[in-house]
Amino acid sequence: MISDKPSQPGIFRGLYATTRRDLLLAWKRPGDILNPLFFFAMVCTLFPLAVGPSPEQLIFFGPGVLWVAALLATLLSLNTLFLSDHEDGSLEQLLLSAQPLPVLALGKTLAHWLISGLPLVIISPLLAMTYHLSATVVEVLMLTLFLGTICLSLLGSIGAALTVGLHRGTALLSLLILPLAMPVLLLGANTVSLAADNDPYATGIWALGAYAVAALSLAPYATAAALRISNE
Amino acid sequence: MTAKLSAKGLTLIRGERCLFEDLEFALSPGELLLLEGGNGSGKTSLLRAIGGLLSPESGEVLWNGVPVQQQRQEFRGALVWLAHKTGLKGDLTLLENLNFETSLRPQADVDTVSVYERLGISRLKSLPLRSLSAGQQRRVALARLLLADVPLWMMDEPFTNLDRDGRKLVMELTAEHLENGGLCVMAAHQDVDIAAPVKRIVLQ
Repeated sequence: MISDKPSQPGIFRGLYATTRRDLLLAWKRPGDILNPLFFFAMVCTLFPLAVGPSPEQLIFFGPGVLWVAALLATLLSLNTLFLSDHEDGSLEQLLLSAQPLPVLALGKTLAHWLISGLPLVIISPLLAMTYHLSATVVEVLMLTLFLGTICLSLLGSIGAALTVGLHRGTALLSLLILPLAMPVLLLGANTVSLAADNDPYATGIWALGAYAVAALSLAPYATAAALRISNE
Repeated sequence: MTAKLSAKGLTLIRGERCLFEDLEFALSPGELLLLEGGNGSGKTSLLRAIGGLLSPESGEVLWNGVPVQQQRQEFRGALVWLAHKTGLKGDLTLLENLNFETSLRPQADVDTVSVYERLGISRLKSLPLRSLSAGQQRRVALARLLLADVPLWMMDEPFTNLDRDGRKLVMELTAEHLENGGLCVMAAHQDVDIAAPVKRIVLQ
């Protein structure tokens, strides 16, 4: 019964199936999407209330605040990435799947980004208005957040995979991820600041893009290895 | 080529305790490997070591005579895993759960309707899984075995939560699978009555 078996479905099938399943799960539990989004919106709207309405100050602080809030919102949503799969045993099924684990892990990370990263990018122009950022600066903000959240989701998936077997791994997860996420935060926030000061900013965007490509090509393998280790 | 599962010199140490040492077995098509022992004796660990979820201290598992480390992907494609936890999503319906699993495997020539009929789950198809009882969920998990057309079944306590009919059904299904030349590794602490050649490993 081994011979003349139909061939394995391609890896894109595995990527598509895991992404689709996680999106379906998120659709049935909308709270998971809204939590980080609320957090992001609240921090960004409360900050101007606390520091006062002076436009110069807000333009000065705005990029940094928006970026720190986006980073923390992403971290907040990361610990659930593999947790429910670990608890109900479907992670074991993924580990023993005939599909390559990095592809399945990438599928889950992609779903995570679509659920918690992309909405941040989409609502960021609304929040940027509170900081008197001009239209060009908002474009730069969206572009950096777009690339930055991809990096953060991918980096975060490594941390989430490493801490999946631990109880209350959230604090540890943040500690593990923050050093890797620092360059993303610095590049992102400084690029937007440069754009706000009418200085050349293209280098920052290229650097973020390079970081995203590097994360995209390396993180799935690290995540897969981490998942195998934490499931022993 | 006939499928064959074997192991030699398998040793596993968890923490301070040596669960088993220098364990050997060879399983041919149509044979059942029964892992027996009391609670905490290491049945699940041995099953996980055979499946490749745990790396043993020493020794190796061979699939068709080749160490599984050299053919991880092929070996995983040849086995189906039914653990203590069902591995199904409570928020998704039966069909959504099983469609996800079958989409990761090669298209098997299986009549899904008759599989659902046989397991007695056909009228539960569109309910979210969390609304089903533990025994019903286990029956859904059993569908995984029948929908995947693979030679090796690995089961950890497959009788948990099942009623008498359910237990009988598991034994029938296993016996049929073995008759068709399949292999089965089962960890169980209950009496198993399957009409097939059985090899036993009793863990202390």
